[in-house]
Amino acid sequence: MATALTLNVNGRTHKLSVGDPQMPLLWVLRENLGLTGTKFGCGAALCGACTVLVNGEPVRSCNTEVSQVAGKSVTTIEGLSRDGSHPVQKAWVAEQVPQCGYCQSGQIMSAAALLAKNKSPSDAEIEKAMVGHICTCGTYNRVRKAIHAAAATMRKGA
Amino acid sequence: MRATVNQGRRSFLKAGAATGGGLVIGFHLPVAASAAEAAAGPAKLNAYVKVGTDNRVTFVCGQVEMGQGVHNGLAMLLAEELEVDLRNLRIEQGGIDPAFGNPRYIGFKAVGGFQATGGSSSIRNFGNKVRHAGAAARFMLISAGAERMQVLRSECIAENGHVVHKPSGRKVTYGAVANDAARQVAPDEPALKQPSEFKIVGKATPRQDIPLKVTGRAVYGLDVKRPGMLVATVARCPVFGGKVTSFNAEKSLRVPGVKKVVQISSGVAVVADSFWAAKKGRDALEVTWDEGPLAKVSSADMYSQWAALAKGPTAAERLKTGDVAAALAGGAKRVEAVYELPFLAHACMEPMNATAHFKGDSCEIWASTQAQSWNQHAVAQATGLPPKAVTVHTTYLGGGFGRRLESDYVVEAAETSRAAGNVPVKVVWTREDDIQHDFYRPASHNVLQAALGPDGMPTAWRHRIVGTSILQYFKTFGHFLRKDGHDPTSTQGAGDYFPYDIPNVLVDYVNNNQGVPSGFWRSVGNTQNGFILESFVDELAHAAGKDPYQYRRQLFGKPHAARLRAVLDLAAEKAGWGKPLPAGVHRGIAAHFAYGGYCAQVAEVSVARDGKVKVHRVVAAIDSGWVVNPDTVAAQVEGAIYYGLNAALYGEVTIRNGRVEQSNFNDYKMARMDEMPKVEVHILQGKGEQGGAGEPGTNPISPAVCNAIFAATGKRIRKLPIKPEMLRT
Repeated sequence: MATALTLNVNGRTHKLSVGDPQMPLLWVLRENLGLTGTKFGCGAALCGACTVLVNGEPVRSCNTEVSQVAGKSVTTIEGLSRDGSHPVQKAWVAEQVPQCGYCQSGQIMSAAALLAKNKSPSDAEIEKAMVGHICTCGTYNRVRKAIHAAAATMRKGA
Repeated sequence: MRATVNQGRRSFLKAGAATGGGLVIGFHLPVAASAAEAAAGPAKLNAYVKVGTDNRVTFVCGQVEMGQGVHNGLAMLLAEELEVDLRNLRIEQGGIDPAFGNPRYIGFKAVGGFQATGGSSSIRNFGNKVRHAGAAARFMLISAGAERMQVLRSECIAENGHVVHKPSGRKVTYGAVANDAARQVAPDEPALKQPSEFKIVGKATPRQDIPLKVTGRAVYGLDVKRPGMLVATVARCPVFGGKVTSFNAEKSLRVPGVKKVVQISSGVAVVADSFWAAKKGRDALEVTWDEGPLAKVSSADMYSQWAALAKGPTAAERLKTGDVAAALAGGAKRVEAVYELPFLAHACMEPMNATAHFKGDSCEIWASTQAQSWNQHAVAQATGLPPKAVTVHTTYLGGGFGRRLESDYVVEAAETSRAAGNVPVKVVWTREDDIQHDFYRPASHNVLQAALGPDGMPTAWRHRIVGTSILQYFKTFGHFLRKDGHDPTSTQGAGDYFPYDIPNVLVDYVNNNQGVPSGFWRSVGNTQNGFILESFVDELAHAAGKDPYQYRRQLFGKPHAARLRAVLDLAAEKAGWGKPLPAGVHRGIAAHFAYGGYCAQVAEVSVARDGKVKVHRVVAAIDSGWVVNPDTVAAQVEGAIYYGLNAALYGEVTIRNGRVEQSNFNDYKMARMDEMPKVEVHILQGKGEQGGAGEPGTNPISPAVCNAIFAATGKRIRKLPIKPEMLRT
């Protein structure tokens, strides 16, 4: 039996009929809502590629049941900014962070969540926030540099 | 009108009018491969470059973008010659076209073409072609512009998308004269710009794909959507080579959303209206497998068999100079060691997937793939269609690393689409599927022997490699497999390019195929042999009581190793070799040549009492010759160091009862941000031949780290991955 759900994603309300309330949020975002910027990497909350924000907190959407986020505010990479203008996205471009780019939506969401709370993160704080992410292209140093750069921009109130 | 230009021996540059107006420059087939098709007459001009009447420049790129920055690198070369702003140039992924054939894979036409991206080959094999296309277009646009302005051609130049008459300052846009340019005679040998005239090439240049990748707009294989598309997962036999005996789909079909359960070559596909339903349907599926002859194979047994084979009399020779047996017997000092390397998975961040729509007399494929024309051939073979009926649309790749040179996942999609009733189907692999059904970097057992002369320098070098073979599996290249079993990918980096100045050398190989699918893994044989050579040389340096850097300098003394010596010197200098380090931190050095690139690295490492290794900093120097985008070269070396470091610290696929024991990132571990060392990349632009940049950086890291571990602990790592128990004190 299909379950009716109301989801708030990127500021829009969606009324959905989901075949299985245990279906992970990731697949609802990707297949039902067409928001394919959030990626499938491991299905087990081990790599961070599927990270989205739920009420501002980074969450692994691949093992979060969609029913658990009903009524909560979900933000995906598509909703972080309209035009790539979030300081984290701009820093990612300035530092030329992505290579294949597949893990980057998730990394950007974790970085945005970190900087929303802490605009002067230390290296250790950045590591703590980002250690859940795997990037097979090895962009970690550029990620770190971009987070520091975005933090500096945000401190200036840009 | 269509003009043909003879551009070197290998290809024809062609120019003509674009559909819808404008100038188009393309390349015809390489002459050697094209006789039949040239006789048949080209149906259309293959668009490499289009200058539209709206001033838009489009670059159609046959090579694929998997993070290595090749779309942008080639576009930079084009923009440079064409004199346009890179930001006004749109890069489009091209489909399969013989004109996109990669010269690296020339000669494979018999098996369906050779359009593929691998071997660090894109810039060096296509850069010149793209430059010629840009230069020809520039020439024709200048001619048309001069005519339009009724001025002397010799007084006109091309500048930022305009033809400018220098004496008067008058100018016309490319778009305004693009139609006229298409009627111009193409130059026989378009003059390329001199490096001193470059405005774009050689400067760190932002990539066009990056804004797409930070906003979620870049489309990967997994993001493909087709009208009416279904999603499938495939149940495969956990044992390599196993087959379906029977299956019961009853419970699967009861899962809401599951539409069909169909048998295909690789197993049983569960086709549903969503990934989740397909996955639950697969969980509910009951399959009886015929596990076949490999059900008892284990990696532990392989290593013991290989140890025995290493002592045997039969092996395929790869490199032989002088008399090794005599020199080994007569040396002042003898050093021997055994090195073992494991199978490795690729673990691309985007798990394997492909979308196919089989339509009876044709088949369309959408995939993140490195090997469009091999995919085309494989799908044609699997479906019985002629290759021309198979179309491959390439998306961005969420990592490739050699895994996406294979066609297994693409064939699965085509077969599933057909079996499900000619509907579009996306076959999605889980991470577990991806780790357990890979084509693994081969495992090997290696015996090394060397004799040192009275001066401590080696007089003899003996290396026997025993292990699995990639070309046993990658049949497209099967003709490179010698009758005696020699596989050039297995001895790559051990015998094809031997950098050391040693008079007596013997490198041979025993091919022992145990049924574990083996494939190309970023830098291929070099990933093993680079580690082995540069670790064993370090052993020799210590046996001789010499500084490992100076010892290598001397061994790289012959002219063929001059570029390797130069990067070794640069890395040592930049790392401050010999200068003091913080307490507990030690240095290791290594250098290796691969895919046209020379790379040296110095690693700074400490080892904790519990045996945990920390790599603090890596200083790399690379010479790949002439560099197009230095930031891309740096990024490639950074990424290669990470990929190689992962193999040193964690990478290990083990086999038990014919099954892969690892399944996901919990047991196939990857280093994370807290383990990523600081990396410095120094680019040496020598005058030597242009080489690759994506792969050479992968190899020196593991020996550099292990050599530093030896400096720190006196313990020599001869088996990867490094495990804390090897180093616990």
